[in-house]
Amino acid sequence: MAKSIDVSDLNIYYGDFLAVQGVNMTIKARSVTAFIGPSGCGKSTFLRSLNRMHEVIPGARVEGKVVVDGQSLYDPSIDPVAVRRQIGMVFQRPNPFPTMSIYDNVLAGNRLNSRRMKKSEADSIVERSLKGANLWNEVKDRLNKPGMGLSGGQQQRLCIARAIAVEPQVLLMDEPCSALDPISTSAIEDLIHELKSDYTIVIVTHNMQQAARVSDETGFFNLKATGQPGQLVEFNPTKKVFSNPDEPATEAYISGRFG
Amino acid sequence: MSTTIDETRAGGRRPGDAIFKGTAIAAALVILLALAGVAVFLLYEGIPGILGAREETDASFVSYVWPLVYGTLVAALIALVIATPFAVGMALVISHYAPKRIAKPLGYVVDLLAAVPSVVYGVWGITVLGPQLVPLYRWLADTVPWIPFFAGPASTTGRTIFTAGVVLAIMILPIITAICREIFAQTPTLHQEAALALGATRWEMIRMAVFPYARSGMISATMLGLGRALGETMAVALVLSASGVITLNFISSTNPSTIAANIALRFPEATGLAVNLLIASGLVLFAITFAVNFAARYIAGSSARRMSR
Repeated sequence: MAKSIDVSDLNIYYGDFLAVQGVNMTIKARSVTAFIGPSGCGKSTFLRSLNRMHEVIPGARVEGKVVVDGQSLYDPSIDPVAVRRQIGMVFQRPNPFPTMSIYDNVLAGNRLNSRRMKKSEADSIVERSLKGANLWNEVKDRLNKPGMGLSGGQQQRLCIARAIAVEPQVLLMDEPCSALDPISTSAIEDLIHELKSDYTIVIVTHNMQQAARVSDETGFFNLKATGQPGQLVEFNPTKKVFSNPDEPATEAYISGRFG
Repeated sequence: MSTTIDETRAGGRRPGDAIFKGTAIAAALVILLALAGVAVFLLYEGIPGILGAREETDASFVSYVWPLVYGTLVAALIALVIATPFAVGMALVISHYAPKRIAKPLGYVVDLLAAVPSVVYGVWGITVLGPQLVPLYRWLADTVPWIPFFAGPASTTGRTIFTAGVVLAIMILPIITAICREIFAQTPTLHQEAALALGATRWEMIRMAVFPYARSGMISATMLGLGRALGETMAVALVLSASGVITLNFISSTNPSTIAANIALRFPEATGLAVNLLIASGLVLFAITFAVNFAARYIAGSSARRMSR
């Protein structure tokens, strides 16, 4: 189920503006890969190019290759909708569908994929996904209440449950904890640890301790210079990045000596 | 520091605030007074009409006004049934489907429909649309006469309640489109991206994220369109060849009239009690429109309450 991702010579544009230039990396299956870097350096943009959400923005486009399990995502024969069904995404701010119950929120993706589901099948998907997102015990008695009634941290876990309900190959997380308190953050981090055994996880974070805690490999993004496109400065195992990075720029950013 | 803040607050009453508050309240009161004045006028002039209906028409007021109410509602509902799907579709094209450089001019064109005077719609309906629809009416009367709406015999002029409904539909299209378009465009990106990231196609995304968010606004938009269709006078007065019957047959040459068109056509020659009778029917229209707007408010409000929970 979990797949690795090979990215080669990826350039990402907003219209004519080159936002991220020349990214090469291999994201391992069944591991957590974190992207760190200053704001506006293109981490989120790069993440969104991994499930073709980047092109949702008018004028946005991508050059280069992203290959998941031997299949190039940007091949003309590939439907972006199919890509997004394989590669799930969790956003910075929790975004459950406001008019849907907790139950329907979890099943939203499944209802897109398959026409009809038996009630028992739907029930078991909901239970499995909510358990997978460590939310089951908190909501099992109020599955028919609106998802918006949950706390921010619970809503974010509901979004994770919704993403894993369709059993994607890869789970992308765009600063999933930046709108959450420390307790909810720790709950999500524990969850990421558990999900790692089943999914390939890619996470963007501004919190370097978080990257150090949850990830196996870390990519450091930075702008080449002010006004220049963002680039991948260093991509190494997390231990190495945080103890003995190859690039002086990485060391400067991590130790806070960043100008 | 805190003492200065307290002092200004205690000193309160900045002149600018007081003036603004005064003008705002005055504006609100003027509108309320005008509305109350209209209601009082309608009641004062209308009640003699209601009471004296029997002398004027040899029938009770209810049996006088009921066919008109029926015609008003039928014409407005035909308009709504035709206009709403077009308006929602048009609004979606402008807000979500068309590229920006096409969407903008398209929006202007639709808005332009609202700028056409209603008498022009009426003349167009009578000279162009009506005759064009005659073959359709004939076909409907021949093919599906067992549907009560199309029982026939088909009108030869095309001046039917159905034609009036089509004209009204075009007139209310820009209102519904404009409001729906605004609301669709306001759908939070967050919810749209949530749907897209789950692998929704654009249509699925619209059903999942846009429609639920926009539902109350769409209802309000439709109700506003309904309000306009109920009160529209000139176009209906011109298009409709009315004979004051109650019928489900939308395509024949005998059609129910509408309250507004009836007042416009009869008022110039009315005297005495007949004037009161017409004003009383206006009172009924006022009540219906008021009820529609009130219902729209209520539905929009209850949906908004559900969303905010």
